[in-house]
Amino acid sequence: MSDATFRPATDETPLARRALIALAVTGLSVLVLAPLVAVFVEALRDGIGAALQSLSHKDAWAAIKLTVTIAAISVPLNAAFGIAAAWFITKFDFRGKAFLITLIDLPFSVSPVVAGLCIVLTFGANSAIGAWLVDQGYPIVFAMPGIVLATMFVTFPFVARELIPVMIEQGRAEEEAALTLGAGGWRVFWTVTLPNIRWALLYGVLLCNARAMGEFGAVAVVSGKIRGQTATIPTTIEMLYQEYLSVAAFTLAAVLALLALVTLLLKTLLELRHADQLAATHRH
Amino acid sequence: MHIEIDEISKQFGTTAALHPVSLAIPSGALVALLGPSGSGKTTLLRILGGLEFPTSGRVLFDGQDATGLSVQQRRAGFVFQSYALFRHMTVFDNIAYGLNARPSATRPQKAEIARRVTKLLDLIQLPDIGSRYPSQLSGGQRQRVALARALAIEPRMLLLDEPFGALDAKVRKELRQGLRDIHDTTGLTTVFVTHDQDEAMELADLVVVMSMGKIEQIGKPQDIRARPATPFVREFIGA
Ligand SMILES: Nc1ncnc2c1ncn2[C@@H]1O[C@H](COP(=O)(O)OP(=O)(O)O)[C@@H](O)[C@H]1O
Ligand SMILES: [Mg+2]
Repeated sequence: MSDATFRPATDETPLARRALIALAVTGLSVLVLAPLVAVFVEALRDGIGAALQSLSHKDAWAAIKLTVTIAAISVPLNAAFGIAAAWFITKFDFRGKAFLITLIDLPFSVSPVVAGLCIVLTFGANSAIGAWLVDQGYPIVFAMPGIVLATMFVTFPFVARELIPVMIEQGRAEEEAALTLGAGGWRVFWTVTLPNIRWALLYGVLLCNARAMGEFGAVAVVSGKIRGQTATIPTTIEMLYQEYLSVAAFTLAAVLALLALVTLLLKTLLELRHADQLAATHRH
Repeated sequence: MHIEIDEISKQFGTTAALHPVSLAIPSGALVALLGPSGSGKTTLLRILGGLEFPTSGRVLFDGQDATGLSVQQRRAGFVFQSYALFRHMTVFDNIAYGLNARPSATRPQKAEIARRVTKLLDLIQLPDIGSRYPSQLSGGQRQRVALARALAIEPRMLLLDEPFGALDAKVRKELRQGLRDIHDTTGLTTVFVTHDQDEAMELADLVVVMSMGKIEQIGKPQDIRARPATPFVREFIGA
């Protein structure tokens, strides 16, 4: 390797390699690490006691509970929808497939605020459905169902997008083999399809979860940010920050960051534990 | 089992993959579907296995109309072109899959399943690989495992799509004999697809030469060699 004339075509010169590494490390530090550290530093500025105290305030606690509940509802639902959509798109041939794929990506290209406004227009008290639902005692807007809808809309593509390329690459042959061996549709799904996509599914679910807990724009429009009732962690952070309660704001932000770090840690641990299976399921 | 294909055609959108074709396969025969790429061999095989349904025509098994039977009801042992082994399962679990998938009334006991898998591993002469994953096998081993997995369901017929296509020349020769032996021991009506005329001629009792969705000639290897029915057959087998 030291003989430069025979170095592999994919190798860079040592200088270029160091420069690339330096660039990557700098970028990562400035863009990711520094802000993350800053959040924790700000949160702990008046000591851990003050930080914990701000968390124990009932509005902060309500926000944490609401955000976790929203994620617990919308992530499993989106996982199920994502699997169904990816299954449908990759295992069957039909007209309009390209259109459906575009439709799945729509939430990525629509601003979350616009998405939130659409939900308000459709289900708000000024619309026929919305008025009727309010009369029945099930308001959507400024209530939990609306926040769930907004969160699901914004995070819909994550699972399907992770799954579609993997399922296309794996093809239909294994499913067909299972069918010829006598298995029915459900059995094929549980014993062949799902095990083959479980890693992609896990990534999709983790990304979906991170985004579901962090979503601001759509939720801010739909929820009305009622303290202690419809204010989630991100909207509460914003309100606290506007009121110059920066310790409280940054502590809540730190909690959100910690939730994200825990998901990342979980993913890494699973990967380490199942590295052999991961390699086996990826390719023959 | 005696298989009859009666005026089967298959249309994919505007492409005609099969023009009406008819073919009778005697019980216990080893038949080759021979033809260049795109001639409709795989489509015909998949119609037999119930993975594809014909646009028109009928399939008869032992004289009974089987056209409407689902893929599960056909009980055809199918070996796929790329073998399609379940990548997240061991060889043992791959072979046991069909037995485990049976409804509980007809599912064998665990010990019985293990006994049958062991027997099949012996049959394919790979007794020690049960605990491996497909990614840890050579191409030839994968093909034999796929064959064992198809045999495990006690199929009524064996359908193989280019079973030697992905293998190098030496392994190919060995496995040809392996397939002949398994056919002779089990006595199963066997249909395999190939584009290699040597393979078809050497292995099959009956060769069906196909081109562009039509059957050009059906006959014993020596008859096809001696009397090619059409200019296409003459050129394709290089006679
Ligand atoms: N699922 C499909 N959709 C559209 N066209 C297909 C499909 N399967 C096969 N065909 C077409 O049918 C013809 C026959 O294909 P195939 O049976 O795979 O041929 P062979 O196995 O002899 O190579 C080809 O023109 C192929 O493009
Ligand atoms: Mg083919």
